[in-house]
Amino acid sequence: MSGWPILSVVTFLPLVGAAFVLAIRGNDAVALRNMRWAALWTTIVTFVLSLLIWHYFDTANPDFQFVEKLSWLGDTASYHMGVDGISMLFVILTTFLMPICILASWQVDKRLREYLIAFLVLETLMIGVFCALDMVLFYLFFEGGLIPMFLIIGVWGGPRRVYASFKFFLYTLLGSVLMLLAIIAMYWYSGTTDIAVLYKNPNFPAGMQTWLWLAFFASFAVKMPMWPVHTWLPDAHVEAPTAGSVILAAILLKMGGYGFLRFSVPMFPIASDLFAPFVFTLSVVAIVYTSLVAMMQEDMKKLIAYSSVAHMGFVTMGIFTLNRQGIDGALFQMISHGIVSGALFLCVGVVYDRMHTREIKAYGGLVNRMPLYALTFMVFTMANVGLPGTSGFVGEFLTLMGAFQNNTWVAFFATTGVILSAGYALWLYRRVVFGKLEKASLKHITDMTPREALALVPLIVLTIFFGVYPSPILDVFGASVESLMAGVNKSLAAAGAITAAGL
Amino acid sequence: MMSLLDHIQGAAALPEIFLAVAAMALLMFGVFRDKSADIVNIAAIIVLGITVALVLGGAGGRQEAFGGVLVIDTFARFMKVLTLFGSAVAIVLSVNFMKAEKIERFEYPILILLATTGMMIMISANGLIALYMGLELQSLALYVVAAIDRDKAKSSEAGLKYFVLGALSSGMLLYGASLIYGFTGHVGFAEIAQSIKAGEPGLGLTFGLVFLIAGLAFKVSAVPFHMWTPDVYEGAPTPVAAFFAAAPKIAAMALFVRAMLAPFPSILPDWQQILVFISIASMLLGAFAAIGQTNIKRLLAYSSIGHMGYALIGLAAGSPEGVKSVVIYMTIYLIMTLGTFACVLAMRRKDGQVENISDLAGLARTNGLHAFFLAVFMFSLAGIPPLAGFFAKYFIFMAAIKANMITLAVIGVLASVVGAVYYIRIIKLMYFDEPVERFEPMVTEVKAVAVLSGLFVIFFVLFPQPLSALAEAAAASLF
Repeated sequence: MSGWPILSVVTFLPLVGAAFVLAIRGNDAVALRNMRWAALWTTIVTFVLSLLIWHYFDTANPDFQFVEKLSWLGDTASYHMGVDGISMLFVILTTFLMPICILASWQVDKRLREYLIAFLVLETLMIGVFCALDMVLFYLFFEGGLIPMFLIIGVWGGPRRVYASFKFFLYTLLGSVLMLLAIIAMYWYSGTTDIAVLYKNPNFPAGMQTWLWLAFFASFAVKMPMWPVHTWLPDAHVEAPTAGSVILAAILLKMGGYGFLRFSVPMFPIASDLFAPFVFTLSVVAIVYTSLVAMMQEDMKKLIAYSSVAHMGFVTMGIFTLNRQGIDGALFQMISHGIVSGALFLCVGVVYDRMHTREIKAYGGLVNRMPLYALTFMVFTMANVGLPGTSGFVGEFLTLMGAFQNNTWVAFFATTGVILSAGYALWLYRRVVFGKLEKASLKHITDMTPREALALVPLIVLTIFFGVYPSPILDVFGASVESLMAGVNKSLAAAGAITAAGL
Repeated sequence: MMSLLDHIQGAAALPEIFLAVAAMALLMFGVFRDKSADIVNIAAIIVLGITVALVLGGAGGRQEAFGGVLVIDTFARFMKVLTLFGSAVAIVLSVNFMKAEKIERFEYPILILLATTGMMIMISANGLIALYMGLELQSLALYVVAAIDRDKAKSSEAGLKYFVLGALSSGMLLYGASLIYGFTGHVGFAEIAQSIKAGEPGLGLTFGLVFLIAGLAFKVSAVPFHMWTPDVYEGAPTPVAAFFAAAPKIAAMALFVRAMLAPFPSILPDWQQILVFISIASMLLGAFAAIGQTNIKRLLAYSSIGHMGYALIGLAAGSPEGVKSVVIYMTIYLIMTLGTFACVLAMRRKDGQVENISDLAGLARTNGLHAFFLAVFMFSLAGIPPLAGFFAKYFIFMAAIKANMITLAVIGVLASVVGAVYYIRIIKLMYFDEPVERFEPMVTEVKAVAVLSGLFVIFFVLFPQPLSALAEAAAASLF
């Protein structure tokens, strides 16, 4: 599998698709149809190619695979791509969700060309984030994603789109610029920005680690988003178009968790250990507080957005337990949340396209006219709650198990979040789907179209499949997490030895 | 001719001599021939092209002219080519505008040539005398250029304001130069450096240094000597503002770099703290003051103040990395600025040029290409990757952190977030808002400048290494 640069092909293929969409002339119905199909085919082909990565991926190998390296910026940075168990599934998740997003956008006809180009460019940048093995390259993809997402929210968003897009852009930018300085500081200290090289000797002095950790934390905590810097997310979600919300919830948020696992934990293990209680506190507050906030929301998207913040709390908690179960759980939770929250936003999109409102009050009794929709929505509600048998359960369970070994109280408070999530999710479901169909406007609502069903069915299948049989996922990152843990423990032991010697 | 040049040791200054002679020949041509503006424009661009060839074709390595008054090294060659390029593009951008506004005069390109001669002397200046001579030659031509639209009160006001403040700053600079001469006994940079190294630098030298920096800060429009910039940008005709934002900034920054590093390397801490202050103040003012602007030219003036603040971080680092980052920053800044001004020039309706930011509303739907490239420049000026503007800032911060100026770097990045507010506000207007009356189609040469610089900004990410290597070589020649 070393014959051709598969990661680069998968990363940059969407750009080729964007060029195709750009090349389609005219704005008549035929041209619009061609654009949609061009975008859909691009994303499907990208997805199929990315499956080859999974196929040829060696799960026993903890190192980076499919590595490509070209000289780029002299001796400071190189074009270095590769995936390991931690990043590979995020690549697949991205390529898997993109065709679904394009399908979900079939109704869009306002400035469709720009819309599709923005999404395809965004796909390239997102895949690039997960494949980049050079910190400067990573930063390039990580920050570059702001541009298309800013436009997606701002141009195709709801009534308060300008406010939401500015907030999104500035919050995330503010977080990431400090990371850039940290990357530069790491370069001057170690002489490289190559992630693979930095992994081999993560020997930043403890004092420096603290600052670097904080700088990276600023970036990833905003992206994640962690309480209290989460406030951009509900706004961005509410105003973004459906597909934008899906991408935001399913993939952009995962960049924060991925960043913690790729940089903070392996490169600054001492600082990670030091700050773990701090992260636990923020995570538990996020889980409990945002769950309570979610309960009081009157806007469906906002509710799901807050529930995302709560679920990301489990992820940060899991990562900083610094044990095997916690990190496994965090990774699994991220994949599962990518599928489930994406699907929930699609579900909201289905009724929004019909009624043009996301107010919970405007709905009720949908089960009478939309049985298929009610069933779909139920599956994802249950997965969101973390019902055993759905993928949501596995991640939450593992992170809680990890947390329990570390600190019982953290696990205790986090577990209340599971109960609260059942509260808001089921209540939402009851108010929207059950009850009598009383509202006149809902009398003629129609059930899901085949296109909508086509977008949601794969998600249902995966939610249940991974809930029942999680090992295909767990196996992929097993070896990499193992080696990550080994590195962290070695560093911590070494640091402990130094402290002991000093005493 | 050649033997005369050899006699005065002027062979290395051939490009400057050629440019000056050509400018005067064109002046004669213009005076004795009616309706000569078009021909002079084209001739001026050709002259600038030949000068580039002369700069690049001269002997390599470090050359001196006129007994060490001018120095020609890799740094000077690089900055000269940039300046010549900036001047040439400024002439290209002016042609159509001047015709449309009926202020087409053959003096304009000639004044630009003369200003450019001054800039080349500034870049090569190896002593206080040449520094002042170059600066004044440049400034005198610029004062006239700012007021070229002499029947408009605003343009005359811009010229006058620039002249008065510029004269004041020249006075300060001269005073600083005389103090430095008085306390070291030399005017040549190398001799000053030796004299400072040999003896204890006195307080008078520090005073001289402060005044010198004040004068130079005025020329690069850094805070607190920036006040003229928004008024001049707004008052001067747009192509003139485009010229002001590009070539003279490059030359002044090059002069700043050499005037700090060549004579004063041994008292780095003394001038470093002044530069750190100037650069922080410029970044913050550039970021905050631009937010409230409604005129696009004023906004770009504040943006340029901010950008000079970033470039000065590189100089404040006082290291080869720092100079390298300044060279890269100025190169990318030049191209972004020319592209942005090309887009501003294209803001033209049937009844004339418009300059309000609100006139850009909905541009994405009335003229997609125009909006796209302006958006690219805005994101790039804000420093968002993967556009070229990001790399400019990246190298600056590399230098700052290497020199352990972490606080400065943190303030810099935070200011860049504040700065992003007004850049993305323009994008918001163009992409999110409802269209207003459409602009006239872009003129070919303006479109070409916008598109070519836009493509450079977008695709720079693929080939950053050549510029980085060139800048490194340029920086190495100063140390």
